[in-house]
Amino acid sequence: MVGLVIVSHSSKIADGITDLTAQIAAAHKGIIAAGGMEDGEIGTDAVRISEAIKKANDGDGVVVLADLGSGIMSAETAIELLDGEDINVKLADAPIVEGAIAAAVTAVCGQNMEAVIAAAEQTRAVKKINS
Amino acid sequence: MSTRIYDCLKCIGEKIIENKDFLTDLDREIGDADHGVNMARGFTAVIEKTSPDDPDIGAVLKKTGMTLLSTVGGASGPLYGTAYMEAAKVLAGKDTLSAEDFKAALEAAIAGIQKRGKAEKGEKTMLDSLIPALDAYSAKIAEGGSLVDGLEKACEAAEEGIEFTKTIAATKGRASYLGDRSIGHQDPGATSATMTLEVIRDFLKG
Repeated sequence: MVGLVIVSHSSKIADGITDLTAQIAAAHKGIIAAGGMEDGEIGTDAVRISEAIKKANDGDGVVVLADLGSGIMSAETAIELLDGEDINVKLADAPIVEGAIAAAVTAVCGQNMEAVIAAAEQTRAVKKINS
Repeated sequence: MSTRIYDCLKCIGEKIIENKDFLTDLDREIGDADHGVNMARGFTAVIEKTSPDDPDIGAVLKKTGMTLLSTVGGASGPLYGTAYMEAAKVLAGKDTLSAEDFKAALEAAIAGIQKRGKAEKGEKTMLDSLIPALDAYSAKIAEGGSLVDGLEKACEAAEEGIEFTKTIAATKGRASYLGDRSIGHQDPGATSATMTLEVIRDFLKG
């Protein structure tokens, strides 16, 4: 099953999103939160993110979703830190809440990396209010 | 043993920590008021985790980079973290530093920052100090100048780079939300990058 890593500056946001995905995709055990700093401060930590990617990987690859600005930079750094590990890992360009839900549902259905990334990225175009 | 590089990094860390409020105030004007606080937290950890007993220059710089990645928190974490780690690759196994070595390390650090931040010169970032510093450094050593001669020129160019950042609008990072309203303010990243070069210069002169 494709793993997911949720990166946010806030540990509460990352944990909250994994709580949400657990409700919809309870069978998925590889959705890992990597929010905030080790000491609880706001921020992102590339080393913790790379550990989360290893934890989320069961061999089918890992999709990373990140929140703002430096969250993306830390996630990219985390992926580089895995150089030498045999993990297929990609960063999805998607809103973090909607993208995580779509990715979790797609992953839990047993779809591959490309399908999970596409599901996450499609949420960028979804209108929330139809008037 | 790598006593000198450890001492030099400790001086960089102390300078950053000493200027925590100054850097944060600069960032309050145009960013999110965390540059000094974040960098000071990072370098406090760097001073704790590196040691004069680390085997060589590359090892100390690699540990510095990894520590910054995991303790800074804001954008300067992956940017400075990557810069130190790229410099570490160039200086792996070395226990002395030639003028050419420093050039190669600075080049690698800048390339790392550009890769990570996807930024160019002229976007009101640390690159506006670092790229002119590298150019001035390279020109000086090409005409036979020493490491310290090169660093004198690099620091002058980096200071000019800070002044230049006051004249332009930010197009990268949080400051870009302000657009033209960021003009008139100096970039905090260019400032901390210049401080770093000045500490290295003073350390080597000392």
